[in-house]
Amino acid sequence: MDIFTQQIINGLVLGSIYALVALGYTMVYGILELINFAHGEVTMMGAMVALAVMGAILGVAPNMPGILVVVSGALLAIPACMLLGFAIERVAYRPLRHAPRLAPLITAIGVSIILQNVAMLVWGRQYIPFPEILPKSTFTVFGAHITGLQIFIIVLSALVMSGLWWLVQRTRLGRAMRACAQSREVASLMGVNVNKVISLTFVIGSALAAIAGLMVSAYYGLAHYYMGFMLGLKAFSAAVLGGIGNIAGAMLGGLLLGVIEALGAGYIGDITGGFLGSHYQDVFAFFVLIAVLVFRPSGLLGERVATRA
Amino acid sequence: MRIKIPNLYFFMLVLLAVLTACSKKDSDDGITVVRIGSVSPLTGAQTHIGKDNENGARLAVDEINAQGLTLGGKPVQLELLSEDDAADPKTATLVAQKLVDNSVVAVVGHLNSGTSIPASKIYSDNGVPQVSPSATAVKYTAQGYKTAFRVMANDAQQGAVLGQYAVTKLNAKRVALIDDRSAYGQGLADEVEKAVIAAGGQIVDRQYTSDKATDFAAILTAIKGKSPDLVFYGGMDPQAGPMARQMKSLGLNAQLLGADGMQNINFLKLAGIDAENAIASSPGLTLDVMPGGITFKQNFNARYGDIEVYAPYAYDAVQVIVAAMKRADSFEPAKILAELPKTDYAGVTGQIKFDAKGDILNGAVTLYQVKNGAWVALETIK
Repeated sequence: MDIFTQQIINGLVLGSIYALVALGYTMVYGILELINFAHGEVTMMGAMVALAVMGAILGVAPNMPGILVVVSGALLAIPACMLLGFAIERVAYRPLRHAPRLAPLITAIGVSIILQNVAMLVWGRQYIPFPEILPKSTFTVFGAHITGLQIFIIVLSALVMSGLWWLVQRTRLGRAMRACAQSREVASLMGVNVNKVISLTFVIGSALAAIAGLMVSAYYGLAHYYMGFMLGLKAFSAAVLGGIGNIAGAMLGGLLLGVIEALGAGYIGDITGGFLGSHYQDVFAFFVLIAVLVFRPSGLLGERVATRA
Repeated sequence: MRIKIPNLYFFMLVLLAVLTACSKKDSDDGITVVRIGSVSPLTGAQTHIGKDNENGARLAVDEINAQGLTLGGKPVQLELLSEDDAADPKTATLVAQKLVDNSVVAVVGHLNSGTSIPASKIYSDNGVPQVSPSATAVKYTAQGYKTAFRVMANDAQQGAVLGQYAVTKLNAKRVALIDDRSAYGQGLADEVEKAVIAAGGQIVDRQYTSDKATDFAAILTAIKGKSPDLVFYGGMDPQAGPMARQMKSLGLNAQLLGADGMQNINFLKLAGIDAENAIASSPGLTLDVMPGGITFKQNFNARYGDIEVYAPYAYDAVQVIVAAMKRADSFEPAKILAELPKTDYAGVTGQIKFDAKGDILNGAVTLYQVKNGAWVALETIK
């Protein structure tokens, strides 16, 4: 039983990170019907900038409390990613707003490759270790081990996601975003500055990506110019699983994908008597994705078009 | 979406001109340029190790050029053609074909077993000798290709040492295995499994991951349920580092054992204090007891900084090829190939001789343990 609890906890931590990144995909898709493939790389940039800042701080003041160092890293990485998100939209997507739908998809992949290579040139090909400055505390819950960092990741993700939910549902900007999601033309006729809303969507999504990037690098203890690719792919799948374009869907999809992966990896070998091993964990996760899409083509929560944003 | 035809032609002409310029074999001052290929991943997750191999090979080529090489009475200049296979088997075959088309006389590489094996067929079909500095999967030299050689002990040698060491020296009765499903990781884990059982140990679980994964919480939790004494990981440092951390945070207190893919500086950086007490093997001797280790380290550090792991082997691979060229007094691949099996070369990494399959004879395996944040040699087993 403690093994099962442990797997659920593993899955929830992984899932919270997927959910945060998935939100960036889903918000952009909701408004522009564009899959922003560069989003995974924005996550990577967040981690890289934060690590660079933290390295610089530790070089000057090695005895600074670890949490303070991480917070200052985040405080620089978040605006940096917001700026990056803004720039990506301005340079790669806005000029193609009325082009055929495939064109911005190609520029998205282009931006993704550019960002990867820029990161490789700036920070090198090495894996960059996360400095060991965070306190290592482990708690035991129902026989399962959970670290302070894992609790922090789950809580912070939940807070950020509720904040986003509040922003979309309760503020003027959120209302403008929902209006743009329904129809950009009509929203602009009603006096909504569509370009501004789209820019802000990218900026907010990139801020979430920066937080996710920092959490991933803290959790796994490393950052690498290539780390955004697989994370982006998984988060994109999570967004599709939950119903792309739907914010609650992205959160649900992320958490579900995390838990399914953990359970799949943990039990698939025992269930099939060793016939299928844990290397089928991705196959298992994507099989669930396909099964859901067969029965609910627009994802788990994807049908209530009006709540997209 | 109209393509401007004249521009396209112009572009193709330029391309053609560039290509013909590249394939010129004799340089203007009468020195013959001989090309040696080097293949390793220069993009993707293993880039740092790939670049290390390339640098090792380049150091050898530059040193030989500086000394001057004369074959068949003519001065010869070596050129290293470095290609990127991205650690991907499909790319490896494309790159191998490209090198063959560019008439290289020999190839140093590839880095991974998973890429060296598919590429070896192309080199064999075209009669180009291939000396891998770091591919250790048994299959690489067991396919019957006369062109495949390696300058490092293979997984059967390494795995046998590891499995026996785990049971007899570390007293591990219950062993769990993880591998990254690459030809290297899987082959190694298979050899360790055999050796553990032969030594009287028990395999309690076998789990799998990939060479791109960073999350091992799920498989480590499953392993924890089987309460092993020791966990063996067959794979590279980008996975082994986070794995060591996650073992600690999950409260899995088994001994972590790995092989040469993990026995490097990068593992120490990535695992941090959780690297402590991990044990890993590496084929060959330690750099400081290698015959030419100290000099090599100085020369390498001066040009490229720290050695990751296989650079001395890539260096020796080039030297072995060039020694064969000198004996044949020719740079024709067929003649180099005829000389390679007779190799008896005192390299940086040790005395290099090949057996009938192209494996190195008497390959040593050294075991290391992390103590106070550094790899410390435990013992060398032959």
